[in-house]
Amino acid sequence: MRTTVASAALAAVIACSTSAVAQTPKRGGTLNFAISAEAPTYDCHAGNTYAVVHAVAPFYSTLLKFDLSKYPAVEGDVAESWTISPDQLTFTFRLRDNVFFHDGTKLTSADVKATYERLRNPPAGVVSVRRASYEDIAEITTPDERTIVFRLAAPNPSVFQNFASPWDCIYSAAKLAEDPLFPSKTIMGTGPFKFVEHVRGSHFAGTRHDRYHVPGQPYLDGFRGVIFSQGAAMLNALQGGQVLAEFRSLSPAERDRVAGALGPRLRVEEESWVLKLTIAFNAEKAPFNDPRVRKALSMAIDRWGGSQGLSRIATLRAVGGVMRPGSPFATPEAELAKLPGFGRDIRAAREEARRLLREAGHPNLSFVLTNRTLAQPYTPGGVFLINEWRQIGVTVEHRQVETAAYNAAQSSGNFDVLLDFSNEFMDEPNNGLTKYISSDRSPNNPARAVDRDLDRLYDLQRRETDPAKRNAIIREFEALAMERAYTVPLLWWHRIVATHTHLRGWQMSPSHLLGQSLAAVWLDQ
Amino acid sequence: MLRYLGRRLLLMIPTLVGVAILTFFMLRVVPGDIVEVKLRGDGGNVTADVIAAERARLGLDQPLIHQFGDWMLGLVTFDFGVSMWTGRPVVEEIALRLELSFQVAVMATIVAVLIAIPLGTISALFRNTWIDYVVRIFTIAGLAVPSFWLGMLVILGLLAWFNWLPPITYTPIYVDPIANLSQLIWPALAVGYRYAAVVARMVRSSLLEVMKEDYIRTARAKGVFERLVVMRHAMGNALLPAITVIGLEFAFLIGGLVVTEQVFNLNGIGRLFVQAVARNDFMLIQTLVMLLAVVFITVNLIVDLTYAALDPRIRYK
Amino acid sequence: MATAAPAIASAPRRYPALIAFAIAQPLGAVALLVVIAMALAATFAEVVAPYDPLDIDFGAMLAAPSPDHWFGTDSFGRDILSRVIYGARTALAIGLLSSLMGCTLGAALGIASAYFGGKVDMAIQRVVDIFLAFPIIVLALVVVAILGRLPVLGVDMNLVLAIAVPIVPKVARVIRSSALTIVTMPYIDAARTAGYSHTRIILRHIAPNVAAPYLILFTAFIAQAILLEASLSFLGLGVTEPTPAWGLMLSGSASDFYREAPWMILFPGLAISLAVFAFNLFGDALRDYLDPKFKT
Repeated sequence: MRTTVASAALAAVIACSTSAVAQTPKRGGTLNFAISAEAPTYDCHAGNTYAVVHAVAPFYSTLLKFDLSKYPAVEGDVAESWTISPDQLTFTFRLRDNVFFHDGTKLTSADVKATYERLRNPPAGVVSVRRASYEDIAEITTPDERTIVFRLAAPNPSVFQNFASPWDCIYSAAKLAEDPLFPSKTIMGTGPFKFVEHVRGSHFAGTRHDRYHVPGQPYLDGFRGVIFSQGAAMLNALQGGQVLAEFRSLSPAERDRVAGALGPRLRVEEESWVLKLTIAFNAEKAPFNDPRVRKALSMAIDRWGGSQGLSRIATLRAVGGVMRPGSPFATPEAELAKLPGFGRDIRAAREEARRLLREAGHPNLSFVLTNRTLAQPYTPGGVFLINEWRQIGVTVEHRQVETAAYNAAQSSGNFDVLLDFSNEFMDEPNNGLTKYISSDRSPNNPARAVDRDLDRLYDLQRRETDPAKRNAIIREFEALAMERAYTVPLLWWHRIVATHTHLRGWQMSPSHLLGQSLAAVWLDQ
Repeated sequence: MLRYLGRRLLLMIPTLVGVAILTFFMLRVVPGDIVEVKLRGDGGNVTADVIAAERARLGLDQPLIHQFGDWMLGLVTFDFGVSMWTGRPVVEEIALRLELSFQVAVMATIVAVLIAIPLGTISALFRNTWIDYVVRIFTIAGLAVPSFWLGMLVILGLLAWFNWLPPITYTPIYVDPIANLSQLIWPALAVGYRYAAVVARMVRSSLLEVMKEDYIRTARAKGVFERLVVMRHAMGNALLPAITVIGLEFAFLIGGLVVTEQVFNLNGIGRLFVQAVARNDFMLIQTLVMLLAVVFITVNLIVDLTYAALDPRIRYK
Repeated sequence: MATAAPAIASAPRRYPALIAFAIAQPLGAVALLVVIAMALAATFAEVVAPYDPLDIDFGAMLAAPSPDHWFGTDSFGRDILSRVIYGARTALAIGLLSSLMGCTLGAALGIASAYFGGKVDMAIQRVVDIFLAFPIIVLALVVVAILGRLPVLGVDMNLVLAIAVPIVPKVARVIRSSALTIVTMPYIDAARTAGYSHTRIILRHIAPNVAAPYLILFTAFIAQAILLEASLSFLGLGVTEPTPAWGLMLSGSASDFYREAPWMILFPGLAISLAVFAFNLFGDALRDYLDPKFKT
């Protein structure tokens, strides 16, 4: 994957050179940016789509946040400092003294406690979609107004970074006491911007919060997040300067189009993305209950060749295993190439795939691939896969369905093979590996398989606080997961963000869910 | 007249009840529901009990008959429920978009009438000459070019040649007429071409038909200049079928601009519809279908009444 | 909508029908030639198309029109000319089948309504009203969503059904009013008194008399069905990738390439327009030829 490394390095150089010309940020102006989806809720704790983060992150703070210039390192947001006990079971945070809600009240440890109690143990009627992340927390205490202590029941190496989750918006304890559902109706936090309006189907608007806890910030007077339902309309607006950015990602074609039209007035940043397309085989259904069939289908895919072609037309690029290439627990490339489906010799692999299919008694297999209707990267991913399987004599019908029907197919098991995806906000095996463990333990794996060997390895790594030992377990897990092939990765996504050059202070990262508070963003005009 | 109107109004009831039953039960057999779309979003580890709790909150776990009864009871008391996606009253969601859709429909109608009536008349006057052929090719092309494709070309043309784009967010016409018109004129034109083509063809064929009728022949025998005949006598009657078409197209435009609204990023009823359907927002879809059905039926009724008022030959039966 | 007179084709019989039509309607004849050319290209796509429309060639992505690729290639390096030709197959198959299904069902309902009258008429008219008032997009979407996809020889029959359903009530209306003028004719009364079966009267005496409006509607709705299929595919509700279909070729990222590859949105759009144009023009000419007073 030399090309990837080279271009990633290039992107890094570009990113550095722009940030190197550090200027004093200018105050003022309103930022218009695009959001290509509409948030189903204002409540971060119940949200699962980036549309929620891009719309409401500027209104809220979190306990910690990722330091994007040193990702995956974290820094304090409302936390000023912290200590971790040697047994990694107790986390003590000291809060800043100057954090104010938009209604004028001061943030205290009670607000943080109320927030995390709501996340890990929501009252009736309140939805928290990330209880699992905090299931190891035994107790939350607040010795004083500025101190909060989390005690774990068992060591868990992912808990600390989770305190930087963009989903853990801090709500006012007083407001939650009045109405536990208030965050789904009203937007009121301690973030750099105060909520102005949300015209549904049209836009979100915010204005500067003058008592924001970072001195001098935010620089903008306000922002407007304009909602687009069609990619082409968004791109037209970006090219015409009606919006200065779309912070999720463009496709390569979209990038080339705006870059070609705007030239030096546009800045393009690219990075590998904590998202991947995965292929889930319905292990309850013949012939996909036969590991030889699953493995053969995985082996027929030329991931290296596909990466080169698809990366020119889709938001797909890196060839990788269960963890993102370049992240702390990723497989080295030489080792990756030894896994089934990741070999460099595609002829040999397809020969072997054909042999496996014959052996399993399915030389002329045909089935339906269920996929989403989204243009990026699902459609090109599906079209590519069908072409790859054609090469070993497998006939595939492409069934593209709307999200609701897609979810229904996934949860009812009404599919043969599903083009699935994995979407995380950080490179954390405890989250990412849930794609591969038994379906009865993880709603995240649609393959409907039960495999206690994989579960056992998952649990081992989940409690392992020594990174080297943890890495070894993850390698073992990965080799087994690729051999049994219930769910296998296709390609990792590649994030491309194009911004007008007079938009400054925004930072690129491997996740579109991070760094969206807009506090440090300013307009050079 | 009053009895006729009463009968027509009564006939609306079974139609609307039929539409309601059909919509409700058709939607319930569609696989998938909004809860998973909402909670799973872009993936995510959502457990079955969270999904079940949310379904219960939205009443989706109730027996179908019970849900249907609730909805019908709501309909007759003008309580249309809340959108399952936003939690806001359905009426509010629709009202927010109706103004825009209504305005585009009105503007497209104006464009269509301005183009169609002269074109249709000329075409009929010069029947089977090259003028007629040119007009007919122009109008048939209007039926053939997909309006969304025309819209795409219009936008890309504006961008490529003028480096200018219509505004992206909606401003009501009474707030800023210029911003408003510069956004909505383009979709109105893209849709108006097809609309004009439909109306022009209708004007042409009904003019031709009327011109054959007796009293025109009499007028012609008297030696009155033919064009004057057409203007004086034929136009009135020939406009009747055109009014029908204008009415039907107008009713269609209120919710039918689905694809065009996507292309122009308009926050209108058509886009709301597609999104509601994509999300399985049953409450919103149901009420939208009812609204569009009422618009359609009402426009039909108005067209028929206009017909009757303009043409004394039509008797109320 | 329209009031149709009883249509009895009364063309002069001096020439064979086709030539008589060509003389009376030169524009229609040209349109018919276009339709025939399209049908031939669609039928013999394997022979006519220079490439396999599904073949991905990343080496030839977004190639400009050239002797190798007359219409250029798309973002997968697939030959656009070949996809347009195969797309004609998709469009014609779906257009013809849905129009046939919709018009036939609509005609059957319309005749039944007119012939039986009374309560049958009342019931059918209410159902027709309901379907007329129902937004097309919901109908199409729900039909596709409930029934899933049902490919028969490469054509999704459920999509065909989805497009046919909105045609039914419109046709039923028109055919009903055509048939109404016939059922009051003395010879129908005579046939009834003579004790002929309903089937016989309908098939022998009524159906032939509504053949002309049926044919006119059938042609007109092919054009509309092609357009509706293109819109649905554009919205992602119709034909799915990688099947070559014109509306689908315009959707997704096609317009992103307007600078580097304007041919990606130009040719499929032109293909839709030309097909619909030809069918409309032919339909118009057919109408004028068969029945100048008939309006759709």
